[in-house]
Amino acid sequence: MTASYDVVVIGGGGAGLRAAIAVAETNPRLRVAIVSKVYPMRSHTVSAEGGAAAVAGADDTLDEHAYDTVSGSDWLSDQDAVEAFVAEAPRELLRLEHWGCPWTRQPDGHIAVRAFGGMKKMRTWFAADKTGFHLLHTLFQTALSYPDIVRYDEWYVTTLLVDDGTVRGLVALELATGRVETITATAVIVCTGGCGRVYPFTTNANIKTGDGMALAYRAGAPLKDMEFVQYHPTGLPFTGILITEAARAEGGWMLNKDGYRYLQDYDLGTPSPTPVLRSMELGPRDRLSQAFVHEQEKGRTTDTPYGPVVHLDLRHLGAELIDAKLPFVRELCTNYQNIDPVTELVPVRPVVHYMMGGVHTDIHGATPVKGLYAAGEVACVSINGANRLGSNSLPELLVFGARAGRAAAVYAGLNGGTVSSAVLAQGRDEERRLEQELTGRTDGHERIADIRTEMQATMEDGAGIYRDGDALAKAANSLRELRERFAGAAVDDHSRSFNTELVALLELSCMLDVAESIIASALHREESRGAHQRIDFPARDDARYLAHSLIHRKPDGTGKVEYLPVTITRWPPGERVYGR
Amino acid sequence: MSSTAGPYRRPVSLFWWLERRSYLVFVLRELSSVFVAWFVVYLLMLVSAIGGGSDSYQRFLDRSDQAWMLVLNIVSFLFVLLHMVTWFGLAPKAMVVRLRGRRVPSRAILAGHYALCALLSAVVAWVVLR
Amino acid sequence: MADRITLEVARYRPEQDAEPVMQSYEVPLRKDWAILDGLNHVKDNLDGTLSYRWSCRMGICGSCGMTVNGEPKLTCATFLTDYAPGPVRIEALRNFPVIRDLVVDIDDFMSKLPTVKPWLVRDKQSPVEEGEYLQTPEELDEYKQYSMCINCMLCYAACPVYALDDKFVGPAALALAQRYNLDSRDDGAADRRDVLSSDEGVWACTFVGECSAVCPKDVDPAGAIQRYKLTAATQAVKDLLLPRGAR
Repeated sequence: MTASYDVVVIGGGGAGLRAAIAVAETNPRLRVAIVSKVYPMRSHTVSAEGGAAAVAGADDTLDEHAYDTVSGSDWLSDQDAVEAFVAEAPRELLRLEHWGCPWTRQPDGHIAVRAFGGMKKMRTWFAADKTGFHLLHTLFQTALSYPDIVRYDEWYVTTLLVDDGTVRGLVALELATGRVETITATAVIVCTGGCGRVYPFTTNANIKTGDGMALAYRAGAPLKDMEFVQYHPTGLPFTGILITEAARAEGGWMLNKDGYRYLQDYDLGTPSPTPVLRSMELGPRDRLSQAFVHEQEKGRTTDTPYGPVVHLDLRHLGAELIDAKLPFVRELCTNYQNIDPVTELVPVRPVVHYMMGGVHTDIHGATPVKGLYAAGEVACVSINGANRLGSNSLPELLVFGARAGRAAAVYAGLNGGTVSSAVLAQGRDEERRLEQELTGRTDGHERIADIRTEMQATMEDGAGIYRDGDALAKAANSLRELRERFAGAAVDDHSRSFNTELVALLELSCMLDVAESIIASALHREESRGAHQRIDFPARDDARYLAHSLIHRKPDGTGKVEYLPVTITRWPPGERVYGR
Repeated sequence: MSSTAGPYRRPVSLFWWLERRSYLVFVLRELSSVFVAWFVVYLLMLVSAIGGGSDSYQRFLDRSDQAWMLVLNIVSFLFVLLHMVTWFGLAPKAMVVRLRGRRVPSRAILAGHYALCALLSAVVAWVVLR
Repeated sequence: MADRITLEVARYRPEQDAEPVMQSYEVPLRKDWAILDGLNHVKDNLDGTLSYRWSCRMGICGSCGMTVNGEPKLTCATFLTDYAPGPVRIEALRNFPVIRDLVVDIDDFMSKLPTVKPWLVRDKQSPVEEGEYLQTPEELDEYKQYSMCINCMLCYAACPVYALDDKFVGPAALALAQRYNLDSRDDGAADRRDVLSSDEGVWACTFVGECSAVCPKDVDPAGAIQRYKLTAATQAVKDLLLPRGAR
């Protein structure tokens, strides 16, 4: 069975929906489809809380937003991309407002902004503390007003079809029926998000399994900067649920077990009663998470059944402010931690939150594979470099989702044509392979969950906040072993209707690919920069490593790492200074 | 490949309204309109009886005195009370009232309904009992 | 407190079952565990064939709605200890066709949603270069509550009208229409009127109120619908009384 489109978007979150709308607006005659393994409203964009940054005030400039982003990235971001990003972010957020997004307002009706980590000026737009939720629902509902956008809801893309170095389409599995279909396309835009689920402890939803990264990687696109994994400093201890940075932006303090604001010991400034931008609790996420590890080593964290924690103190903010600016935070703490932040301290610890790395693209969202584009967390342009600033990710979805959509629309308008029989044959091969996965594996002896849990433990041990060569090499071996064991994984469910076990198997296969690329990239980068900290190479080494790591998949499944110099335009590498 | 039954549609029981307390209260509330209708008919009968002179009015009073009529009217009164209480309770949801730019709280709208009801009842009682 | 609890889960495999069949699983009873954690334990360790939807596990994505002891609940936000000593009965969400086990078909809602035009309609679009459409915090408060819907469908599962008449547009869709009707930036109320005022729109609602009772986000769809009944009725009277030009 085959369907045909000009542009297919994989993933229906913020980036995917924005890209599809951009395609429809750039060229209304193009046939565009969105294929998503979940209904779009379930995409992980929905969980984002804090806000979206864009220059808004008269006292703020694009250069300052750019500088904050570049320094926040520890100089690994491509400055041409950052300049384009900061210039387009305000327009994109305004476009969202025009589409109905309920941004929180000042009394006079203008958009309100707040402080956020690593930003020198207040430029983070927000919709209470459910910015991602409102952004996603606004985009989804707006997309409904473009009736020509076709949606494949709950279809899982299992492979991209590539012929002669060019993308020609994909194969997808309809979850409800088990039907497998080949969908041909001139251009494919991957917007499938990150891969936090390769770690045991993450803010990420269950669906963040790096599918798109693996699809692109297997199709010949390199993955870039995969070693840079962001730990968000404040996740709840058992569930990993995100407590937004906005809690600190509104004035929250981080205390160790002695009630001491420990961040002052880590060159992040001196404590003051109200938040100071780019200082203390409003420092960048990598430095805050690293400080936690040091506190733990000094024995100054509190032990709980779910590991060591520090505490977030919001009591001095008062119930009124919390209910106005942080209502969701209060709800989450109450429901999932049985704690009311108005009167009690909230236990928190660093949790994996975001992938700075991803599919390598240029500033228009194009990957080196012809016809293949990527945008959002799945992609690495790179604007986030070695560490992302909070509230840069949501505008990134919009800016690069739109760019990729426009670029793909132009490409599809100029290319296209008939589909070769080689491509259709590839599609049939994939159908057969999936049939085998579904009906075979009857004598498997490993549980999918066990392999997954061990992979996650391997990643936390080998590629956590602090790494070293030995642990990384050990992790690489463990992953190789896990991949072999994966071949013997058992599948209990052989039915065709909504077989989530088959999907879990396919997702695990993607996660193993992605995990290996993270470890390999981390092993090769012998320096410390941003979120990648090597105990055996503690200094930043601009001479050798002011470059992105690019990992290409070799035919035997392992990766080959090379380097691509960072694009520097206006800001030569400097020291990252916070709190001074 | 084995045949597939397709999606399963759970049949709705005839007694669906007994499954939850809220559904039962809802059905009783809906039923109360029947008794409200009876009171309207009864009122029309009263007006017609008065219009027909003191004999027809006396016949009306005699009929009203019968046991079954008394029971019917008492039960109807209880249902009308249920009708009033449940609808008053729902009124604030449908009416968003603004006074001087601020939204009047639900409690106030509810209180307003009961106050008006008490006032009208007092007026009627004064007319009837003096 | 015991350290185990039994889950009685409704299984439905269309290839072999004519109707749902209950299957029992014993899972650890941990004080932090939501019902969802119990289901994950079953799938990961006891029975990989159990199918259900979930994603965010923090009550914001709307995927995990199911019937727990007869009530529609988000299983990620409902805790096992609240049902101790159990057993806990877990079935698919009511009033939707069951595709498999605990997974229901919500395509009916997905096709109804666009009919209420849940997007901002403007008589006159301004370019973004001119800045934002102004909206005061008070104007935002007018519709904010109705914008909180996570599309979890618990309201449809609780609504007896929808149970009996699946053509009813339904609570969430009507509340979303109101979210836009009441947004000060929107000019589309007239465009939405036909669908909202139809027999299967607000007038099919008999104000049972269960939708608002089960809504995990306090959207109060019942309130949104009753308010619209008032709006629609007032509009109908105006149309009757006012000459065409003045409407």
